[in-house]
Amino acid sequence: MFELKVNGTVRQVEADDDTPLLWVLREQLGLTGTKFGCGIAACGACTVHVDGQAVRSCSFPVTAAVGRSITTIEGLSAGRAHPVQQAWIAEQVPQCGYCQSGMIMAAAALLKEKPAPSDADIGAAITNLCRCGTYQRVRRAIQRAAAGAAR
Amino acid sequence: MSGALPIGLGTLLALGSALAAQTRDSAAAAQHREGVQAFTQISTVLLHPRCLNCHTNGDHPTQGDDRHPHLFRVARGGANTGAAGMHCSTCHQTANNPATGVPGATGWELAPLSMGWEERTPRELCERLKDPTRNGGLDLNGLGRHFTSDARVAWGWSPGGGRAPVSTPKETFLAAATTWLARGAPCPE
Repeated sequence: MFELKVNGTVRQVEADDDTPLLWVLREQLGLTGTKFGCGIAACGACTVHVDGQAVRSCSFPVTAAVGRSITTIEGLSAGRAHPVQQAWIAEQVPQCGYCQSGMIMAAAALLKEKPAPSDADIGAAITNLCRCGTYQRVRRAIQRAAAGAAR
Repeated sequence: MSGALPIGLGTLLALGSALAAQTRDSAAAAQHREGVQAFTQISTVLLHPRCLNCHTNGDHPTQGDDRHPHLFRVARGGANTGAAGMHCSTCHQTANNPATGVPGATGWELAPLSMGWEERTPRELCERLKDPTRNGGLDLNGLGRHFTSDARVAWGWSPGGGRAPVSTPKETFLAAATTWLARGAPCPE
């Protein structure tokens, strides 16, 4: 039995020590906004925040999450108010949308550390894969969110 | 006769002193030689891809035995822990992950640029390794502890995921490290 703090709420889960956090989030806690993509920490669809930093939850054992603060796309903001979510809507970023919760979480983690990122900063931080190829809109939305936050 | 003895004694004393100096010199030379030989063994470890992949001279780590660029062109970042928003810890945790193949160990990050080991001569490598201004403030004792107890060093022999471990056995490396440090950490010419 593990005690996890997810989106501000303490939850108790039963899992083997090496169960990926993603499995726990989706299958035990019903937080299905976080997606399974490649399962080898390569695509970023499963990105969540652990203590505010982007983590690929498919490769993050549940034991490593104990005592830390986990945020999923469901807990990023109330009412989709986060600047990144607002920018995503304004720029109409998603196409199929499958990778987008991971993209948004990665973008939010970037802006938390670097509120005014350059294109190079975005390129270095957002390595998430999008099979629809929405990368240009992702970049625009991050810049929009940064500019909005600056105002 | 009366003058011969002092001269003979003097000669003997001088000879003895020269012999002692020679013994000291050859002992010192032997120590130096053993130390340099030990470092040669150490350097086979430092120059293995398991170590070099994160001890790069540039802004990116490499991967694999062929040392190809790390996937996603992962960046060093200002603190050697990856770019803002995409730290090493985004994917790498404190242990290897057998399910995903992602390697990990406590403190997983790039070595600082001052500890870049690519394309160094053996002497440069040696001097870099033992220089506290470049090795993270480690004196020889600290270096010894780093060899024996740093999780990332140990990872080189248990890399998981089908990766080749460092080819020089760990015991050989640690024995060589002990010898090298005990001989005053000499560097090859």
